[in-house]
Amino acid sequence: MRTLTERRTILAGGAGLLAVAFARPGAAAIVRPTREATVEAIRRFTGGAPVETGRIRLDMPPLVENGNTVPLAITVESPMTEADHVRRIAVFNDKNPQPHVVTLHLGPRAGRAAVSTRIRLADSQTITAIAEMRDGTFWSATADAIVTLAACVEG
Amino acid sequence: MARALINLPKTAKAGAVIEIKTLISHPMETGYRPGPDGRLIPRNIITDFVCTYDGEEVFRAELSPASAANPYLTFTTVATKTGTLRFTWTGDNGFSQTEEMGITVV
Repeated sequence: MRTLTERRTILAGGAGLLAVAFARPGAAAIVRPTREATVEAIRRFTGGAPVETGRIRLDMPPLVENGNTVPLAITVESPMTEADHVRRIAVFNDKNPQPHVVTLHLGPRAGRAAVSTRIRLADSQTITAIAEMRDGTFWSATADAIVTLAACVEG
Repeated sequence: MARALINLPKTAKAGAVIEIKTLISHPMETGYRPGPDGRLIPRNIITDFVCTYDGEEVFRAELSPASAANPYLTFTTVATKTGTLRFTWTGDNGFSQTEEMGITVV
């Protein structure tokens, strides 16, 4: 009987440890959105529509010295006609305090789907760009960057 | 008035795709950065940018704190006819600035 009680104690202790292990990521989420926040932001942009890879190109330096200003260029393969053009392009990050970076609205008047801007990166992370086409399809591209000087903290 | 720089060709052929570069001086304070007293400096960013060509919207951008200071944007448009391009930046604390540039289409 005694051995059984001991075993129960150990089991209870184990369950407690497990609870602590699960609580950790939750606590971190208060400080900074985890991947789920980015996924949620992307879902809000696409409205739950499937996102395919391709047609969009995201140019960003792979090694960033200063996260306060990172050049970013996006081009989308599209004829940019009234019947077939890029409606919107949104950029999302993985580790900044907010998942959204920028949303750009284009149209047939753009002539070409080529835009560029400068962004902030708080950490080494993956950047995702998603383009919404006239026909309602979504296309995405990702780029990784290693950041040596983080934005928000030092800047 | 914040200093704004806009670069676009003065003249263009009809139907040509022209590139427009814009830059405006603005700190784009994120709201996540502590000030000298240790408290967070309140957010102060430009949230929207709109470019219209003779009153018709050709490009619009929604910015967030992840945009670098002095927001820089480049985009393209088709030179349809001689007219005026209007650039408007709006943001926190009632920030609003409009610049105009003319283009001659030959």
